[in-house]
Amino acid sequence: MLKKGCMGRLNKKVVEHKSYQVKDPIVRYNDITKKFGDTVVLNNLNLEVGRGEKLSIIGASGSGKTTIIRMLMTLEKPTSGTIWVDGDYLWHKEVGGKLVPADEKHMRNVRGKIGMVFQQFNLFPHMTILRNVTEAPIRVQGLSREEAEERAVTMLEKVGLAEKVDQYPSQLSGGQQQRVAIARALVMQPKVMLFDEVTSALDPELVGEVLEVIKDLAREGDMTMILITHEMDFARDISDRIVFLDEGRILEQGSPDKILENPDSPRIRQFLSRFIGNSSVSGLATTK
Amino acid sequence: MDWNNMCQTFNDKDNVWSWQYTCEIFPDLLDAMWVTISATFVAYFVALILGLFLTLGRRSPIRPVKWFFQGFLEFVRGTPPLVQLFFIYFGFPEIPYIGFEMSAFTAGVLGLGIHYSTYVSEIYRSGIEAVPKSQWEASKALNFSKGQTWLRIVLPQAIPPVIPMLGNYLITMFKETPLLAAITLMEMLNMAKFIGAKYFDYLEPFTIVGFLFLLLSYPSAILVSKLEKRMNRRFRQKNA
Repeated sequence: MLKKGCMGRLNKKVVEHKSYQVKDPIVRYNDITKKFGDTVVLNNLNLEVGRGEKLSIIGASGSGKTTIIRMLMTLEKPTSGTIWVDGDYLWHKEVGGKLVPADEKHMRNVRGKIGMVFQQFNLFPHMTILRNVTEAPIRVQGLSREEAEERAVTMLEKVGLAEKVDQYPSQLSGGQQQRVAIARALVMQPKVMLFDEVTSALDPELVGEVLEVIKDLAREGDMTMILITHEMDFARDISDRIVFLDEGRILEQGSPDKILENPDSPRIRQFLSRFIGNSSVSGLATTK
Repeated sequence: MDWNNMCQTFNDKDNVWSWQYTCEIFPDLLDAMWVTISATFVAYFVALILGLFLTLGRRSPIRPVKWFFQGFLEFVRGTPPLVQLFFIYFGFPEIPYIGFEMSAFTAGVLGLGIHYSTYVSEIYRSGIEAVPKSQWEASKALNFSKGQTWLRIVLPQAIPPVIPMLGNYLITMFKETPLLAAITLMEMLNMAKFIGAKYFDYLEPFTIVGFLFLLLSYPSAILVSKLEKRMNRRFRQKNA
């Protein structure tokens, strides 16, 4: 929230140049193109995300939003271009000044800096809540069971589910499952957290509890967050910057106020107008 | 009282079906049943382990490895188990450098195990494919290694739902063990044949063998179907 003003000032320059200068980038997409067969999903994308920045990506379905973060999680391989994360290339390795495709070991190293929460929660159904959260710290980071459980309980308390440790995912509501999924990602202490439409699969009455958890997380500050969302109120609340994606390109980016209330592009106005009436767009209603 | 003396109390040797004869040969057939049962379980164990390797090998990202396993699978499934057993027991020892002789039991459990590993592999495959892609993705997002993902995430979800199907193959393999008679293993069928030839009377020994098979396989089949219902219930709950 504090950064909003400063981002707002930057904003004018941004719209003019279409590229956005970030002071201390932690993620950089350089000329990223992604094709599925003949379909171009992302077209020469250049995007930088600042350390600690809260970035929301909005746009119509099929605009390539999800692909952006799936590539960062190494779930999707870019067709061309490079992605750089906190000092290292993600899909490439520098050997003698040249970039070569990265091996699994290198990718695991870089991947460790990133965490992700999925639309469908994707908890492990055969494990208790506690094991869902402790399994990766123990197996991947080599923590002792005691350490891992201590960390896990702290995280589960943070998302308000410490009393559910012994239950199985199927015994929890969707909102609770998603909060566990957030704890499961957080416990790995990633530098960058990705949220892929994390409330889209939830019943409307369960959306709030999940968004509250993410808002708290955003307020704490340090963590870089990239969110894909259709919750415009929420995006306005927590974002330092909003990127509007259209047909695989960044159409416009800037402060939430700028993009949600006064976008330059008629395409964005048209997109936002669909949210009128369900109070999801605060710029067009009076909610805050 | 001695077993044979007890059998003589039937005193009906001249009947078409003699209870005395039945009684006298029963201990030998029971002994042979243990051979049948242990061959079944050892062969099943071979099939379960080898089947897992086949399943993983077929999914290898390295093309030649994948082709090798695929080819092996097609070859084994496309040839009769009896031919395979003959090859392993009689043919294989004659191959220079790599061939060596095996006991009928070892050759038998290897042959049956290898043959059924291809079917077991198919079952594993169906179980693995039923695990949603999103589980793999979640594992990757948590930075599990390939091995950890298989061992901790995928297989624990893939195997339980297919346990009843695996159980059915145990019963099928049990009923296939008479094939091992062909490579001289003294299992139930071979013993019955041996006894029949010795006394020129085949009716009782073969009938007893049939009943012993039924006695073991029928309750097992019921057990498997119970297991299946329980698994279905558990699985439904998890997906609810």
